[in-house]
Amino acid sequence: MNFITMLEQISSGMLHTILIFFLTLVFSLPLGWIIAFGRMSKNKIISSITGFIISILRGTPLMLQLMVVFYGPYFLFKLPITNWRFPAIIVGFSINYAAYFAEIYRSGISAIPVGQYEAAHILGFNKVQTFFKIILPQVVRIILPAVTNEVITLVKDTSLAFTLSYMEMFTITKQIASTQTTLIPFAIAALFYYIFNLLVSFTMRRLEKKLNYY
Amino acid sequence: MSEEKTFLEMNNIKKSFGDLQVLKDISLSVHEGEVLSIIGPSGSGKSTLLRIATMLETMDSGSIKYMGNEAAHVENKVIHYAKPQALREIKKNFGLVFQNFNLFPHMSVMRNLIDAPIHVQKRNKDEVLSEAKELLKKMGLADKEDYYPSQLSGGQQQRVAIARALALKPNVLFFDEPTSALDPELTGEVLKVIKGLAEEKMTMVIVTHEMSFARNISDRIIFMDKGIIALEGVPDEVFNSENSRMQEFLGKLKHE
Repeated sequence: MNFITMLEQISSGMLHTILIFFLTLVFSLPLGWIIAFGRMSKNKIISSITGFIISILRGTPLMLQLMVVFYGPYFLFKLPITNWRFPAIIVGFSINYAAYFAEIYRSGISAIPVGQYEAAHILGFNKVQTFFKIILPQVVRIILPAVTNEVITLVKDTSLAFTLSYMEMFTITKQIASTQTTLIPFAIAALFYYIFNLLVSFTMRRLEKKLNYY
Repeated sequence: MSEEKTFLEMNNIKKSFGDLQVLKDISLSVHEGEVLSIIGPSGSGKSTLLRIATMLETMDSGSIKYMGNEAAHVENKVIHYAKPQALREIKKNFGLVFQNFNLFPHMSVMRNLIDAPIHVQKRNKDEVLSEAKELLKKMGLADKEDYYPSQLSGGQQQRVAIARALALKPNVLFFDEPTSALDPELTGEVLKVIKGLAEEKMTMVIVTHEMSFARNISDRIIFMDKGIIALEGVPDEVFNSENSRMQEFLGKLKHE
């Protein structure tokens, strides 16, 4: 197999990798807020259940979680899992990353001085206005570096989809490498992840600068 | 009954934090156009009283009325607030200036001023804007409207905070040690602004450690000690009182 064919085959996987990356962000970033609110709930039952779920999601390998999400419906409920492979990957990734984002959001929220809430309250803002106008904009700035870290990890973690034999880039790379007995595919893959992450860091730095107006 | 309107009435307020009784049956009223200063040693309950008046803190017993309307009262150890709609109306009566300003750091000075009038009071934006400009001018901050709080000195920030409170046109303005976070140089500029408001007959309740200031601008002074009102009266009366705790308090201040 020549280099060009190799590159073509690997490139076809890149699209899937990028798709996993973006879909995971689209679902996990908002889901993280829901989990964060659950964790911070004044209701002890809700907050401890959420805390337990977070600890499971952060305390077990993502690879294992992907397996459970993919095979679980069949083993537990005898449901057919054809066409479930890709959704399972997105569900597994999204839930796992949401747990990490939730803890980041929580730390951001607890960094906001109580005086901000009191001032908002005295000025008559309701809870929704207080959150969206006063708390959230400040939290976003605080948590951005931590979120960037997670996003960079996610770029690399997409390769875990190979455990479910999904044809994303790393799965293809591995196949070519073993059939052709060469390291070149890995070099290509490494370069791809590296450039992808350069773009991610660049974008996030721009965003950080933009939010550094005060 | 006196002719002047009573803006705020607090009756039999009690408050404990754990075993510590911070307020022991305090009653006070604030009348239209009056400047009331609350002085006293740290831990005497001044700030707690203010936080209860502004409903940032709950009370264990007593009642609060603004303009004759009940905002909250305690019955069988349970605090009952007015109905949400009525409470919102009641809360429009007062503003609060915090010790450490609590400006919104991500908003420009102007947005700090206009956001609540526009989005809470739903007032006309152009009208709010021009009023806010006037307020900033009055505070000596006409050229700062596009600045962010972090670009201002403490004294300037506190003046913005005062303007922000005034932008909502409250009937009563509370100050919780407004100059305690400022160095002496900046204290003066904030006190000057408050004095200006007193001259305009703004109704104000000021918790402060600035004795000469309190004596100078107040119509009435309350000296609190260990959770009770130990003394109450016109400034000269209170400052010249033979009350031993008051003398001790003033003496301590002199030695500091």
